[in-house]
Amino acid sequence: MAQVVRSPKVYDVCIIGSGAAGGVAAKVLTEGGLSVVLLEAGPALNPEEDFKEHVWPYELPHRGAGMGGKALKPGNSLEDEFLAPTGAWTIEGEPYTTAPGNRFRWFRSRIVGGRTNHFGRIALRYAPVDFRAKSRDGLGDDWPISYDDIAPYYDKVESYIGVFGTRENIPSAPDGVFQPPPKPRCNEIIAQKACQKLGIPCIPSRLAILTRPLNGRPACHYCGQCGRGCKLAANFSSSQVLIPPAMDTGRLTLITNAMAREIMVGKDGRAEAVSYVDKTNRSERRVHAKAFVVGASSCESARLLLNSKSSLFPDGLANSSGVVGRYLTDSVGVDGMGYFPQMEKIPPHNHDGVGGMHVYVPWWKYDRKNDFPRGYHIEMWGGRHMPSVGMFHHLCEQVEGYGASLKQTCRTRYGAVIGFSGRGEMIPNSASYCEIDPDVVDEWGIPVLRFHFQWGDTEIKMAKDMQETFRAIIEAGGGSYLARTKPDDDHPYGISDGGFIIHELGTARMGSDPKMSVLNGYCQAHEVKNLFVTDAASFVSNPDKNPTLTILALSWRASEYLLEQAKKNNL
Amino acid sequence: MPNRRDVLKALAMGAVGGSVLQVIPLQAAEQAHLMVKQAKAGAAGGPYKPKFFVDHQYQTLTKLCDAILPRDEHSGGAVEAGAPEFIDLLTSENQEYQLRLGGGMMWLDGLCTDRYGAVYLECQPAQQKEVLDLIAYRRNAQKDPSLSQGVEFFSFLRKLTTDGFYTSEIGIADLEYIGNKYLKDFPGCPLVPEW
Repeated sequence: MAQVVRSPKVYDVCIIGSGAAGGVAAKVLTEGGLSVVLLEAGPALNPEEDFKEHVWPYELPHRGAGMGGKALKPGNSLEDEFLAPTGAWTIEGEPYTTAPGNRFRWFRSRIVGGRTNHFGRIALRYAPVDFRAKSRDGLGDDWPISYDDIAPYYDKVESYIGVFGTRENIPSAPDGVFQPPPKPRCNEIIAQKACQKLGIPCIPSRLAILTRPLNGRPACHYCGQCGRGCKLAANFSSSQVLIPPAMDTGRLTLITNAMAREIMVGKDGRAEAVSYVDKTNRSERRVHAKAFVVGASSCESARLLLNSKSSLFPDGLANSSGVVGRYLTDSVGVDGMGYFPQMEKIPPHNHDGVGGMHVYVPWWKYDRKNDFPRGYHIEMWGGRHMPSVGMFHHLCEQVEGYGASLKQTCRTRYGAVIGFSGRGEMIPNSASYCEIDPDVVDEWGIPVLRFHFQWGDTEIKMAKDMQETFRAIIEAGGGSYLARTKPDDDHPYGISDGGFIIHELGTARMGSDPKMSVLNGYCQAHEVKNLFVTDAASFVSNPDKNPTLTILALSWRASEYLLEQAKKNNL
Repeated sequence: MPNRRDVLKALAMGAVGGSVLQVIPLQAAEQAHLMVKQAKAGAAGGPYKPKFFVDHQYQTLTKLCDAILPRDEHSGGAVEAGAPEFIDLLTSENQEYQLRLGGGMMWLDGLCTDRYGAVYLECQPAQQKEVLDLIAYRRNAQKDPSLSQGVEFFSFLRKLTTDGFYTSEIGIADLEYIGNKYLKDFPGCPLVPEW
């Protein structure tokens, strides 16, 4: 048997995962003077070579469709060849399973920066009520922290990474530290006017993309390709915005291709080492530290805790409560779209803008009784963006035929569609969780996750309301409503499969009662004082706002707390 | 008008602070130029050799792509845009496509042989039009279920042909997409549409 390679050094902190949570922790802890080792399961990132920013589809043999037309498979459009590297619905050699009768999709990344290289850059604060939702409607649980606890960290994050937006004083969508937003696109002006008729607010969006230079990063150049990765780092990613300053301190050791297998505990119940697989040579390695920050992504972090069994923690590390893996939620996701004939008259123009919407609809029905308890927001898309594979498939189904008339129809209809995506809050339920599959390991020998996932009635009712709202906005805007998703028994009102919106979270939640939660309000394990889980596994609820900004703020807050405790020798 | 490289250089000069990111723009520009050069060099290598379709099937594919999106007064057609190459490449890597397209073309040849005594390629233009008019619309299969496999085949090929055409230089110019640039400011909407 090959010998386990043990590093003689004991670092102050070992961080697992280099995405939003791990990136912030690396920055705050190294700048605070600690020595940090950061384990990333994927390779290093080289933006100049890895990002396909500004590449035309015809410069690639598969035109963006990927090997065998992979990206053209329904539900796979995210996996086109332009997406920043190693973000995928499937990772060869690293499977996960779903329980019979359940559907769950898990988008993972294996590269420095993780999914911050790919995400939509939407940066929304949770509202005060989001931390106290149970007190209001009796569902789910309240957070052990309040908006006032996290607000200073939202300020720090926004000031550092750069977020554009406007001050609106909407209770469901707190204002932040904002750069000026870009002007709206044509389709967004139509949507705004339509919303105005209906009394629905449609305000400048809030995205982590620079419209002004900040900390050595230039402002956006408006190519609309943030998802490909930005070579200039005008958008936010952990890899380009958080890891470099941590590196600059000289106190960060980054180990790539390091797949964490288990966190080991000493006799005193404190975590003392991480055992990991060096993927480059399939060797077993171990690294020691005085404290540990887990930020491997919600479900990957839960998997690591569940796989870290010992005589002290037979059900997984810090899991005497049995809560690890439970309370799994994703955002309710529903898409709809409309055809707007007036858009055919707009002359050709550069519509690209930033890589995401310039306006959005924050949750607005918080002041009335609805058929469902929580809220949703509406994102939008469409217009004359760069042609891509799949763009005319829906039109082909509608108009059929062939020849010069088909070509003319494509030309006329190009850019005349506006799409809407509702993203809403799911209430945790007992049928939605992840656990270790007893029969399956990945190619590194690490037991994999098995998912259970079911939407509840409240989510289905919310999906219905989303479709009705899309239709109302489209018709008020002079368009005709086209169902984008085919509602069927499995997907009522077009509701997405669990995990598909990539806001999966809650699997090691914080709380004040150690019997009902894994972590305290500082993301510190109740049972293991030198163990922190600072990614979205720590979330108590999944409000309609995309989770990344809150991950950054929570991890920043947890890291400052860890620093203080380290100084006081309390770990 | 400044070229991409000048724009990038200007962006780099404008950047402040001690970040390593300042060195990226020029390298990024070099990389972009290199990629375009490589793509162009690769394109100039004689006639395309199909990876999956046998000769007469590749000719049939080409003929069908041309019928779906032909040259017109605005622009060249799907064949000039490289749609058959694109479809052949994807099909060579995908067994499902091999069945749907390879089998679909065999189905089409079978239908043509039954009706006209010749495979699609050898049919008269009027006969080819007649048969495409049958399989280009779902309603025809509702009337005559024996056409449904052909309608499914043509529907799939039509989608892939639009993919091949509208991701080409010719197709992108046909749509008058004028983005993918470096802008200092986003100009907004040139004409606020009324309705």
